[in-house]
Amino acid sequence: MTSISDYMGTSAVVNVKRAIEAAKQHDEFHALLALTEERALERATKIDETEVKGRLAGVPFIAKDNFLAFGAPTTAASHFLEKFNAPLQATAIEKLEVEGAICIGKANLDAFAHGGSTENSTFGPTLNAVDKERVAGGSSGGSAVVTALGIVPFALGTDTGGSIRQPASFNGVYGIKPTYGAVSRYGVVAMASSTDTIGCFATNASDAELVMDVMAGRDSHDATTLPDFFEIADVKPGQKIGVIKEFMTDDVDADVKKSVNNYIDKLKSTGHTVEEVSVPLLKYALAMYYIIVPAEISSNLARYDGVRYGKRAEAGSLSDLYGKSRDDGFVDENKRRIMIGSYVLSSGFFDAYYMQAQKARTLLINAFNELLESYDVLIGPVTPTPAFKLGEKASDPIKMYLSDMMTVAASLTGMPAISVPSGNTNSGLPVGVQLIGQRRSDAQLLALAKSLEESV
Amino acid sequence: MTTTISRKDVIHLASLSNLQLSDSEITSLQGDLGNILKYINQLSELDTEGVEPTYQVTDLENVGRNDVVVEPQADRDALLSLAPVRKDEQIEVPKVL
Repeated sequence: MTSISDYMGTSAVVNVKRAIEAAKQHDEFHALLALTEERALERATKIDETEVKGRLAGVPFIAKDNFLAFGAPTTAASHFLEKFNAPLQATAIEKLEVEGAICIGKANLDAFAHGGSTENSTFGPTLNAVDKERVAGGSSGGSAVVTALGIVPFALGTDTGGSIRQPASFNGVYGIKPTYGAVSRYGVVAMASSTDTIGCFATNASDAELVMDVMAGRDSHDATTLPDFFEIADVKPGQKIGVIKEFMTDDVDADVKKSVNNYIDKLKSTGHTVEEVSVPLLKYALAMYYIIVPAEISSNLARYDGVRYGKRAEAGSLSDLYGKSRDDGFVDENKRRIMIGSYVLSSGFFDAYYMQAQKARTLLINAFNELLESYDVLIGPVTPTPAFKLGEKASDPIKMYLSDMMTVAASLTGMPAISVPSGNTNSGLPVGVQLIGQRRSDAQLLALAKSLEESV
Repeated sequence: MTTTISRKDVIHLASLSNLQLSDSEITSLQGDLGNILKYINQLSELDTEGVEPTYQVTDLENVGRNDVVVEPQADRDALLSLAPVRKDEQIEVPKVL
């Protein structure tokens, strides 16, 4: 793995060539859908010639292929957008470019970011960076793997219910899901608007801090963005930390729990207090999530109709054009979510499902807020198991959904949550520990993670 | 609350969702959607009497801006050229009526 400092003060062209070479060497992992070699080298040459002094000058990175970016199509790993050439770039990418960072490619994902393994990519799955028989995780699987393989020092992802944190833990890198509204989503393919967030993968906490600091802040193109609150912080000493009991049950893999407990020991030995806490409502979090998110998906994905952009099916009438284009353009998981969304929003079922889930969400937020009045940080695993085998859950949507059970709560409550590498299982698979904090405490979570990194 | 879903229900949902499914897709989705609904149905046991729903989690309200034209980031021709079928300055679709 590499870090941002390895690329500072060297030629941008050399950096880009090095990253592209590394990407080509690791082709078998299928972590990338495209390299943006030509544009990246052009930008690198310009940076070298003008001696641009940005905080990320000449540093290569890779974006999940649901970020609109120049230099290659933005496919969202779907047939629908297979040849979609973005007419503009995502704000997050623009902000990184202002600081001199260079996007060298687009990473694989589950189509439209629906999934937890990258197996739902129309173009085939990404392989786990540590064990090629296992999944990369998802939906930002490609971004996690390119970071873990050292192709780039950081990569961008989106996290709607765990899509950054889960692949980060499966591949042994940092994964940051910020406070909802911290980073502009302008120019990123929308999934579920009330929980979609943009974050990053990195190999250490300082790099993650820097990237989040560059990306965060208000954007007039995204009315849900918060005024910039992200400020790199020193760790607060003597924090009170709550271990979420519901995430440490017998159903959770023993090696995963052991890894979390090791991290807890480190927290204690560095002067923090750790106690068990309970959120009984977590039992319902996944059901809330799989009502609210499909509802929003069914609405957001209505725009893919084959008329203004994307793939259009041959059809004699307009209604056939819509129906066939959508059937061809979406993968099975997209269709399941769209139809569940249509179901929970349809008259007769709206109150029982959608409204009930939104009320339950209020209760979940209240429960977390109450805990975070007494505790600085909540801790638990990221996922119940380490990376599973390719194909193991692909045919059973519910099994796949259950791997999100520990990540959806921070999404529903809008709270920042980060996945921090916390060692390996006995068989060598990476495990991550999840730190969750009050809204706008992103920098504090990273400071805490950084302080433990230094204590190792 | 009902936990099963009929073939007719799947066809109705497909039409609400503007998806022209094949027969085999209808069959497999009937099973999948039934299982998913069974799972999410557990939420019905939670008492939410008198609780206000949450629709968004920022504390922002009524985000406004000045009523001035903002320079668009994508030009007209770039947007039009994304259309699968374009005729001059318009996007062409099959006859509606």
